[in-house]
Amino acid sequence: MSDTGVEFSINRVAAMVRRYWYLLRSSWPRVLDLVYWPTVQMLMWGFLQLYVSQNGGPLVRTAGIFIGAVLLWDILFRGQLGFSISFLEEMWSRNLGNLMMSPLRPVEFIAALMIMSIVRLLIGMIPVTLLALAFFGFNFWSLGFPLVAFFCNLMLTSWAIGIFVAGLLLRNGMGAESMAWTIMFLFLPLTCVYYPVTVLPHWLQYVSWSLPPTYVFEGMRALLIDHVFRADLMLEAFAFNIVLFAGASIAFLKLLQSARVQGSLLQGGE
Amino acid sequence: MDAQNIPAVAADNLVKHYKSVAAVAGISFRLTPGSMTGLLGGNGAGKTTTIAMIMGLVQPTSGTVSVLGAQMPQQRYRVLHRMNFESPYVAMPLRLTVRQNLSVFAQLYAVDDIGERIASLAADLDLTEFLDRQTGKLSAGQKTRVSLAKALLNRPEILLLDEPTASLDPDTADWVRSRLDSYRIAHGATILLASHNMNEVERLCERVIIMKTGRIEDDDTPARLLNRYGRETLEQVFLDVARGQGQYREAAQ
Repeated sequence: MSDTGVEFSINRVAAMVRRYWYLLRSSWPRVLDLVYWPTVQMLMWGFLQLYVSQNGGPLVRTAGIFIGAVLLWDILFRGQLGFSISFLEEMWSRNLGNLMMSPLRPVEFIAALMIMSIVRLLIGMIPVTLLALAFFGFNFWSLGFPLVAFFCNLMLTSWAIGIFVAGLLLRNGMGAESMAWTIMFLFLPLTCVYYPVTVLPHWLQYVSWSLPPTYVFEGMRALLIDHVFRADLMLEAFAFNIVLFAGASIAFLKLLQSARVQGSLLQGGE
Repeated sequence: MDAQNIPAVAADNLVKHYKSVAAVAGISFRLTPGSMTGLLGGNGAGKTTTIAMIMGLVQPTSGTVSVLGAQMPQQRYRVLHRMNFESPYVAMPLRLTVRQNLSVFAQLYAVDDIGERIASLAADLDLTEFLDRQTGKLSAGQKTRVSLAKALLNRPEILLLDEPTASLDPDTADWVRSRLDSYRIAHGATILLASHNMNEVERLCERVIIMKTGRIEDDDTPARLLNRYGRETLEQVFLDVARGQGQYREAAQ
């Protein structure tokens, strides 16, 4: 048996996924919450797009540029939120000590949280994309293979941020809860979800290009406006994501170790 | 040291500081396999921190603690599947049914025949009729029994219990104590029981460790403690120790 916690068990991951699935199944407000806000956002940006396209220039008339952006932003935001909320459920229910004392390895815990972030995302996004098609004629799924590349890169970023936030929660308890809800909003202006990077001041563009989602949103605009799939942008996003994910994992392990020193694993308090 | 002579738990000069506060100030003890030991002490005596270090949840500032020969927390994955615990600081997820909660933990602990094990524990702990009820809808006593069922799921060789009967009425508490004792006898398990309840400790434990401000103030069998202090109950002994009349100091060993 490994001393390091590196040994991986699919069974333990499945147990945790089952635990979160039971929770979702037992609570319709939790399921409704997954669909509610993405729907509101999509409708708001969809109608704005409709208004602007009736009155604006050729660029803003480009089909679905705002709806596409808001749907991709939701993948990024909801992916992280799905990860973090599943983690927070353990703190809200004071179950973290039970898990930390069980044979569950941190890597298995994280794997289960990743799976649940995808499950929660799909429950929320599939109905919303169908509504986008019904209301605005925007077929998100017709993006095809580029959508897969966008999705993978956005999920990697959302998991990296989720892992970092989980570390903060372990180390600082519920005092860090607000980070789980707000940290991703820092990415909203910097990753240029609704406008091109060139809009930013020159110095800020360097910051923007160091964030993987920027490449995805630029890639989306290239696809919708110029009908070109920029594989180069996706590869760059992937490279930055690897660095971000590795950094977040190292930070998580350091914060977990610090939580053991501070004694916050048992309390999970403020 | 061969496997037969490895203590179930061994703490050596164990110290834990939280910033400038010494929660545990250098304690040493060994737990013999198959024994039931009471850890007594007032609030802030260091009982919970000691148990947390044994479980590997808290990193000692200095000193060492090992469980079944594995250093904690560094080698915890060698032994976590052989131990379990119950504490008022943790709870089972309230929205899940009792059966769902127990089956999730059974899978985490790689328990064989999960359905059978849950049914057997439920029968033993009088939980059968609550198995499909949400855990949050149970009374405090029923929740304690569910936590105890979780603690026994993997048939642990080491069982750490922090105030296991704190929220129970006297009748249920007595019933839980008898279950714990029969589990220890049937499985040869080592149990460390932190409690404020002197009667409980006196009845169950063959050895008592009394802590005060992070130190071991006394450590002996209940009978010898009573004899040495010239008292009739462990509660009187505890009060003597709490008032500074302890007759044993680790440093004097």
